[in-house]
Amino acid sequence: MSSSADSSSWPLWEVFIRGSRGLSHVHAGSLHAPDATMAIRNARDLYTRRNEGTSVWVVPAEAIMASDPDSKGGYFESAQGKSYRHATYYTQSEGVKHL
Amino acid sequence: MSPQNHQHAPLRLADEADAAAARDEAESGQHRFDEIIADDSRIEPRDWMPESYRKSLVRQVSQHAHSEIIGMQPEGNWISRAPSLKRKAILMAKVQDEAGHGLYLYSAAETLGTPREDMYDQLYSGKAKYSSIFNYPARTWADVGAIGWLVDGAAIVNQVPLCRASYGPYGRAMVRICKEESFHQRQGWEILYSLSHGTQEQREMAQAAVDRFYGPALQMFGPPDGDSPNSQQSMAWNIKRFTNDELRQRFVDMIVPQVEALGLTLPDPELKWNEERGHYDFAELDWDEFFAVIKGNGPLSRQRLEHYRSARDEGAWVREAAVAYANRVSQEQDRDQAALIGA
Repeated sequence: MSSSADSSSWPLWEVFIRGSRGLSHVHAGSLHAPDATMAIRNARDLYTRRNEGTSVWVVPAEAIMASDPDSKGGYFESAQGKSYRHATYYTQSEGVKHL
Repeated sequence: MSPQNHQHAPLRLADEADAAAARDEAESGQHRFDEIIADDSRIEPRDWMPESYRKSLVRQVSQHAHSEIIGMQPEGNWISRAPSLKRKAILMAKVQDEAGHGLYLYSAAETLGTPREDMYDQLYSGKAKYSSIFNYPARTWADVGAIGWLVDGAAIVNQVPLCRASYGPYGRAMVRICKEESFHQRQGWEILYSLSHGTQEQREMAQAAVDRFYGPALQMFGPPDGDSPNSQQSMAWNIKRFTNDELRQRFVDMIVPQVEALGLTLPDPELKWNEERGHYDFAELDWDEFFAVIKGNGPLSRQRLEHYRSARDEGAWVREAAVAYANRVSQEQDRDQAALIGA
């Protein structure tokens, strides 16, 4: 069994696809590849077999920084109780047009 | 007091503090996990999860991935013998999809912390299981049709509820897979339709293929509910949404009108509509055969694994070359950069 050069020793890349012009790139999944060129090529074969994309980004998975999952809701809590940030908070204008 | 003793006491205190912290974390983690499951929301990779949930998912998702990879073989054998260029192109697209499905699933399993290499090794060594349906041979071109219609059809019925599996990456992989799978089922049905509307010989070939794959396809949903010990836990975790028997019944109800549209029959004399239940009744399946195949005594269990091993061994040089090339390019880039800085 060969292990030193198995594809899993290739770094992990996260793949982002732009579905069509005018849309953002959206995370599609991940794959292993030895370098960026191969990662993009593999991403095309793996994630765009049915015209799902017009552009592909690949990012080394280790380059992604994430918020701490242990902070649970706490980190994002400040938005709670601030319903006045949403238009639906303001009800006096009900029935008034274009407002 | 020796220096060793000196270090000992504070260390033990630190260990105890760590253990207490781990207990607290497990407790609040379990609480949060239970809440998410109760809300029918999704668990994501970096969330705390019970070890049993993680282990059970790694097993299920990697087995699913292995099934897609081994599943390329019965049809792959027919690529060179497909009856027309169009059929060949379709079959290649389908087999390529299976490879893709395997990769989506390995990616999902990997987010649970199991390196992909470990999963490959488990399949290579024969330790891992995969769906036993792929240990049956595709003897005729009609079998390729029956595989697409019945095997992929059963897979869809199984997989659609998995799109809502509580583990986010698994559910997302399943959404992608289900979208692609419906082409597989339709192309299989069309192969059988062409044959069942062809010569007498072709018609018989189509019927024989349906006869061969009907039972094994129904067994893809797993053993009867009474013999499926993991199902209950899996449903409590919102991974599985319906029992094996519920899904099997749903599949039978679907394929009866489909086989009628083909002008063929299903090989079950007891199959009939039950007005009271609102479902088709069907005969008990051959579970002795099922368990024999699961234990590795399927018609092609050994060959499938040997083929996988040789494909992996013979492809090793390609993977090695890609790594060597990537290393050389990055070294050259480093050197160029050093030269620039030097200048």
